[in-house]
Amino acid sequence: MAIYGLTLLSACMFVGVMLGDILGKVVGVEANVGGVGFAMLFLILVSDYLLEHDKLSLKAQSGIKFWSMMYIPVVVAMTARQNVVAAVKGGPMAILCGVLAVIVAFAFVPIISKIGEKGTPLPGKDQGKEA
Amino acid sequence: MEMVLNIFIKYNLVMAFLIIGIVMYGADWVSKATNKRIAGSAIAILIGLGLAYIGGVITNNGNGGLANVPLFSGLGIMGGSMLRDYCIISTAFGARISEIKKAGLAGIISLFVGVIASFTVGVTLALLFGYTDVVSATTIGAGAVTFIVGPVTGAALRASSDVIALSIAAGVVKSILVMIMTPFVAKFIGLNNPKSAMVYGGLMGTTSGTAAGLAATDERLVPYGAMTATFFTGLGCLMCPSVLYLVTRIILG
Repeated sequence: MAIYGLTLLSACMFVGVMLGDILGKVVGVEANVGGVGFAMLFLILVSDYLLEHDKLSLKAQSGIKFWSMMYIPVVVAMTARQNVVAAVKGGPMAILCGVLAVIVAFAFVPIISKIGEKGTPLPGKDQGKEA
Repeated sequence: MEMVLNIFIKYNLVMAFLIIGIVMYGADWVSKATNKRIAGSAIAILIGLGLAYIGGVITNNGNGGLANVPLFSGLGIMGGSMLRDYCIISTAFGARISEIKKAGLAGIISLFVGVIASFTVGVTLALLFGYTDVVSATTIGAGAVTFIVGPVTGAALRASSDVIALSIAAGVVKSILVMIMTPFVAKFIGLNNPKSAMVYGGLMGTTSGTAAGLAATDERLVPYGAMTATFFTGLGCLMCPSVLYLVTRIILG
């Protein structure tokens, strides 16, 4: 049943968010420390085990997949409820932030690509078609 | 007329599904007009930010954006933190551990470097522009990671809505730039093989940006870049409101 997928997802979310809250208390901050990330980690571990052992029916999987397909629309709804009027004042910073983050990340690509074995370039597009 | 309006207001969540569906359709249409160079999701988020601005202006109260208008109050439920976090967590489903191992050491390092580097850039800029409190600076730094990590971190740390909106904007700018710039810089950064594509995905992290950018460069590289990029948001959601927040707090005192 599709609801089994939702149940699994809910359980992972509760465990993760609770862990985040506890961690927040432990380190003494008024915040949820990494709860969503922990929940994702649990979902990866549990679903990997269940899929490996063929314990998750297709319908249960479709219950989870529905929500992951709703991800971008929900994010769009989330943006539509933010205080953009106040944020517009900080507009130039947001743009600069995005620009610099991309430039720094691009600069790291050739550096980290050197780690480990060298990558082999894909054959040219035309050669690939002949082969 | 009032009767019809009342139905929309009564079933506000259903109304939100209707509106967001129309927004997604419009965004997809614009995306096709750019030859899919800019992904529909990024355009939809820009439209969302625009709608929030309009809503803030007509209600004379920026808080809550378009959800302040009774007709669109359902956006507050659909885009609230409960459903949002539920959806974000669900995207981790199906990521196989064997796939993570395949990304190899370079892929894993790129993920950590990508998150930390973007975060550092964001926090530095936030401080330079006067957002000196730890929560705001961390949220904006998380926004430079991706437009998802920003609001997740902001909600966890209880940042103000305008700071969260800024963090989303920073993430969207990043995502669109990755889409547009990738084909032009590909040659200079050696983006012509699966391995560098995986490293690239791990460093950029924005899934939509990476997929669209690689598609414009060489579509055979898309799955490699997308594979590492999918872990990026998860890692960001894990690290930003925890380790990185604490480190920022210690550094800023």
